[in-house]
Amino acid sequence: MNDLETVIGLEVHAQLLTRSKMFCGCSTAFGAAPNSQTCPVCQGMPGALPVINRSAVEFGIRTALAVGCRVNEHHRFARKHYYYPDMPKNFQISQYEEPLAEHGVLDIEVGGSSRTIGIQRLHLEEDVGKLIHEGPLETAQSSTVDFNRAGVPLMEIVSRPDMRSPAEAAAYLRTLRTIVVYLGVCDGNMEEGSLRCDANVSLRPAGSPELGVKVEIKNMNSFRNVQHALEYEVKRQVRALAEGEKIVQETRLWDPERVRTVSMRSKEYAHDYRYFPEPDLPPLQVEARWVEAIRATLPELPAARRRRFAGGYGLSAYDADRLTQGRALADYFETTVREYDKPKIVANWVLNELLREMPADDDRAVAACPIPPRNLAGLLRLIDDGTISGKMAKDVFETMYRTGQDAPSIVAREGLTQVADAGELRRVVDQVLAAHPKVVEDWRGGKKAALGFLVGQVMKATLGRANPALVNQLLGEKLPKG
Amino acid sequence: MTQPKISLSQVEHVARLARLELSEADKERMRRELDGILSYIDTLRALQTDGVEPTSHAVPLTNVMREDEPRPSVPQTDMLANAPDPSGEFFRVPRIIEE
Amino acid sequence: MLTRLTIEDLAARFRRGEATPSQAAAAYLERIEALDGRVNAFLTVTRQAALGQAAEADARFTAGRPLSPLDGIPIALKDLLCTRGIRTTCGSRILETFVPPYDATVMARLRAAGAVLLGKLNMDEFAMGSSTEHSAFFPTRNPWDLDRVPGGSSGGSAAAAAADLAAATLGSDTGGSIRQPAAFCGTVGLKPTYGRVSRYGLIAFASSLDQIGPFAKTVADAALVLGVIAGADPRDSTSVDVPVPDYRAALEGGIAGLRVGIPAEYFIDGIDPEVEAAVKAAIEVLRGLGARPEAVSLPHTRYGLAAYYVIAPAEASSNLARYDGVKYGLRVPGGRDLIEMYGRTRAAGFGTEVKRRVMLGTYALSAGYYDAYYGKAQRVRTLVRRDFQEAFERVDVLAAPTTPGVAFTLGEKTDPLQMYLNDILTIPVNLAGLPGVSVPAGFTTSGLPIGLQLIGRAFDESTVLRAAHAYERATDWHLRKPTLEAPPR
Repeated sequence: MNDLETVIGLEVHAQLLTRSKMFCGCSTAFGAAPNSQTCPVCQGMPGALPVINRSAVEFGIRTALAVGCRVNEHHRFARKHYYYPDMPKNFQISQYEEPLAEHGVLDIEVGGSSRTIGIQRLHLEEDVGKLIHEGPLETAQSSTVDFNRAGVPLMEIVSRPDMRSPAEAAAYLRTLRTIVVYLGVCDGNMEEGSLRCDANVSLRPAGSPELGVKVEIKNMNSFRNVQHALEYEVKRQVRALAEGEKIVQETRLWDPERVRTVSMRSKEYAHDYRYFPEPDLPPLQVEARWVEAIRATLPELPAARRRRFAGGYGLSAYDADRLTQGRALADYFETTVREYDKPKIVANWVLNELLREMPADDDRAVAACPIPPRNLAGLLRLIDDGTISGKMAKDVFETMYRTGQDAPSIVAREGLTQVADAGELRRVVDQVLAAHPKVVEDWRGGKKAALGFLVGQVMKATLGRANPALVNQLLGEKLPKG
Repeated sequence: MTQPKISLSQVEHVARLARLELSEADKERMRRELDGILSYIDTLRALQTDGVEPTSHAVPLTNVMREDEPRPSVPQTDMLANAPDPSGEFFRVPRIIEE
Repeated sequence: MLTRLTIEDLAARFRRGEATPSQAAAAYLERIEALDGRVNAFLTVTRQAALGQAAEADARFTAGRPLSPLDGIPIALKDLLCTRGIRTTCGSRILETFVPPYDATVMARLRAAGAVLLGKLNMDEFAMGSSTEHSAFFPTRNPWDLDRVPGGSSGGSAAAAAADLAAATLGSDTGGSIRQPAAFCGTVGLKPTYGRVSRYGLIAFASSLDQIGPFAKTVADAALVLGVIAGADPRDSTSVDVPVPDYRAALEGGIAGLRVGIPAEYFIDGIDPEVEAAVKAAIEVLRGLGARPEAVSLPHTRYGLAAYYVIAPAEASSNLARYDGVKYGLRVPGGRDLIEMYGRTRAAGFGTEVKRRVMLGTYALSAGYYDAYYGKAQRVRTLVRRDFQEAFERVDVLAAPTTPGVAFTLGEKTDPLQMYLNDILTIPVNLAGLPGVSVPAGFTTSGLPIGLQLIGRAFDESTVLRAAHAYERATDWHLRKPTLEAPPR
């Protein structure tokens, strides 16, 4: 039983960043009053008919190209039937036999090695409304429905069952998220539900070509939950098999409070979706010219940018990877380098100082950063020209972040200009040496650490503004030779 | 006697899928009627259709799309006006038991 | 009597100041009040709104600025066309209280043209039926014989047009639901090409087959109404952007040299001999007008009905899934949970015929049966379309009976399959998406109307209407009116 292999496939749903819904003109803006962003179409009223949002199709094609899918020349929508009160028509307009795109690949990196995960298909569909239960679903006596979300465009990306560990699944999801955010087709926010992920998990004897009985896991609304849920589920299945139990094909919900997956006890007949081609929507014919026009607008994708950062700027693979985790962060880095042409120094400041304040993949926060790239470049130039020390610069950086002011203003206002006048410093050095004869004796006796103490005293006396190199030089001159 | 086209248990299964509550008498009558209609539909079997493309739209159109421009929604009160069981700004439904 | 006038004549009187839209609306409302208790064509009469709209039309004529050839013309709609603020039931208990917050595109276009809405017309529930006996509310009667059905599903629309309860009406045709009742009621009924008229706001029965069209006293009136309601609509992706010609102008010019195909397969076994004789006589009238009748073959005709009874119920089972007691319409309360509420609401809200078709359609789409039923039927549909394409390489229109028989008595057809056979000559036209019209072509010895069906190429309503108009000019069947006024005491 030791030789079990984990097999994971992911189904990712991404809400597309269109301004209007998939099949009607209602706004997709988040946070409106319940049932205030609906119309006969998205509320499924008798007589209403859908009309395809061109941007949604283009976002789908954009994503398909970014993950190497073949865009199907001919694709169409189909109706998927099941009854649930958040779904206004009791069918979902989705795609079935003829999806928008198929056969893609995504390269992921886990623990320093690279793997290629297959993408089976990418298709478009409409989102459902939101159900609010009175308390937990199991005990709620009634629920209420808000249809504002119903009809928001969704893109579903189905991977092949190519992942072999929860860590790989998490890496795949992260990589895919970065891509859709880079493409500007989805905001990638898992907590708000604009990116959702279901997983299929099964175990099989290592090396076996057949798939084991798969269990579908739902309700994992953060990266952390995805990894935890899958780790739990793999352990659960391993334990079950070890105890001679059979794995049943079922859907299980991740319960983050109790840290376990719980069976939904679904019955067989619930899954007869009765797909058929949507008669209200003519099929789509995607001509090569359209695809190429969209391809021409694709931004540089994270993987290519990472390679270019490492090669072109001479950054370490690790730094290049971190800098490209968000499109805004990578843009920030490059804009700064254009103003201040020392990529490694810029990288250090971005990775060590800027990322203390915000996550690397939070595009909104990076874009709204109170220190624009021009101001960071200005700060770094003050170090180069000796106006402030690197240590001082870190304090200035913090003030810049707090106040939004640029470095020269802060330095001027707070009188932070570095003391680089040899005459003035020589007087301070003399005073320090006179005040600490014992330390000078120690130094003469061979105690090299004494020098550090003396430098510290000079810096203290100058309130940190002394040019450290000059202080060292002057102390070297003044101290009696051993 | 030819084999019935549809059994009572199939009728029950289909009624569940279609969310139709049928009485026992309804079920048997429905089975009989569907059986008759399905037998008639079976005349299609006589027709050779291999290699014939299916028609799902009477008029061949492609790429009918609209631009991504938001339009005003219908006011909330109008959309809730027909609700059989409104609850404030929401539609209310009875207890949901997962299948 | 204003209610006897064609739209053209009524509009001419409005223009000359010899009558006003208010007088016309009042005359029709009075006639509805007096006679509809016997015909039962209306589900809702919008008296106040109609008088208000008519008064506005009066002002436009006084100012000499009518909006269109339909300005001030009293019309009525089948109750599956959504009308903002006016109850729209689809002939069903499940929508008995439904008041749409929006207008169907055809309603919006009629409003913009100045037409006056008299009310909403009875129909078979969800347009499923051929007799209007499947209305959840009451059956409509045939104005020529109140013991007989008016046909269906647009029975209310046909009866209202035939009995002069509206100057024109709209219906919908999925498998014959305009042409068959037009034939039964002795009126003109036109089913346009699929995609010619927007379906936005038409409560769907079978989306790939449904099409809206007019009933009118004459072919010319039908052409006028079509001109107002036709044309592409950005809200209906299946509406087609083909220019809308002046259908009224296209009626003129005669039919000399017109090639008229007579499909052998439409003169089936079991056809009423009086119908066959009347249609053959009509063909001779066409010949006399210079047309060139010739025999054609539509070999897959006999499979059309079976294919239709897979495709239409399958689409219906999907379209009707939304009636679940959550957002609008009927809810049967008191169930233990949601699933019980769904099951009871739909059981109480749908009538027997609707349930039967929902069951049939659900079955045809369910796992393991799709290919054998829906897939097969769609391929047969292709063969039926090809039959027409080939015929139209040789001829310009097809002429055939609209129905195998004439209006039957209420309650006469109890077997669903027998009822379905009524549509055997109209269904293939829907499968192929073509335009078809039924015009009055005579009466049986017992005085029941017979319809001549003319079928044309896609988007060639002009030729179909021109042939129908020429025939109508040469005959006087359309001038005969049923006697509905109560006998003198």
